[in-house]
Amino acid sequence: MLLKDICQILDAKVITGEGSEAVESIDIHMACGCDLMSDVLAFVKDQAMLLTGLMNQQVIRTAEMMDIIAVCFVRGKLPADEVVELAKERGITLIATKHPLYSACGMLYDKGLRGREHD
Amino acid sequence: MIKHYEISGTDFAAAGEASSDFKTMLKKIGVPPDVIRKVSIAMYEAEINTVIHGQGGFCDAEIGPDSIVITFTDHGPGIEDIERAMCAGYSTASDEIRDLGFGAGMGLPNIKKYTDDMKIESELGKGTTVVLTIKLF
Ligand SMILES: Nc1ncnc2c1ncn2[C@@H]1O[C@H](COP(=O)(O)OP(=O)(O)OP(=O)(O)O)[C@@H](O)[C@H]1O
Ligand SMILES: [Mg+2]
Repeated sequence: MLLKDICQILDAKVITGEGSEAVESIDIHMACGCDLMSDVLAFVKDQAMLLTGLMNQQVIRTAEMMDIIAVCFVRGKLPADEVVELAKERGITLIATKHPLYSACGMLYDKGLRGREHD
Repeated sequence: MIKHYEISGTDFAAAGEASSDFKTMLKKIGVPPDVIRKVSIAMYEAEINTVIHGQGGFCDAEIGPDSIVITFTDHGPGIEDIERAMCAGYSTASDEIRDLGFGAGMGLPNIKKYTDDMKIESELGKGTTVVLTIKLF
């Protein structure tokens, strides 16, 4: 699913690389939703996007380590400038939606963006 | 080739800088992606532990002819029962640490999963050393 379609479904705003064609055409094949980075590190496999309510630098670091290329912040929260800067530096695209985590994940799942199934 | 990193025990925002730098370097020198992934996850977990449990310390990461060896050393409180600390779900993390997104008790088991060898030496009141080895081939 293209990032621009994800943004439309979630009524989300692009925080890094707004209006850039390259960013909007990022193709996300799988996603995960989680507030605990410990769990992302332990259970995520090759999901390209993380939806989360956690807002600190470690979200970006975790994404970087896991090769997650886009992060969607939920519940209308916006990351601090330092977090945005770190994401830009590491080439991770950030978007933000007003929907809560569960609903945001459900909306994307409903439109066909899947997560990892259990082993 | 050896890289040395100092790890702050108070600057949580900086946690992961060593892992990030080392990952960037591995990519640059063309280490296979599956090896980079294992190194990145294991190293980052260990780096976070050094910050949140070990009160900071240092890390030496060495690329040898057939493996990568990464050592984290801290002078924190030490681990009382290493076998227990290795169990999935065991954590002494505070609520503050949970609020920061960590403390599920999954780090050490996850390090074990992604490394070919893992050694922990720890003495109460003295500190902890964790050595991770990942084969290149
Ligand atoms: N460097 C260290 N110094 C002191 N204690 C440690 C150290 N590393 C780990 N521990 C102890 O071992 C426990 C388990 O560590 P582990 O990394 O598995 O889980 P965690 O750090 O608590 O949570 P998570 O890694 O899932 O975020 C910790 O809660 C802590 O009590
Ligand atoms: Mg840990």
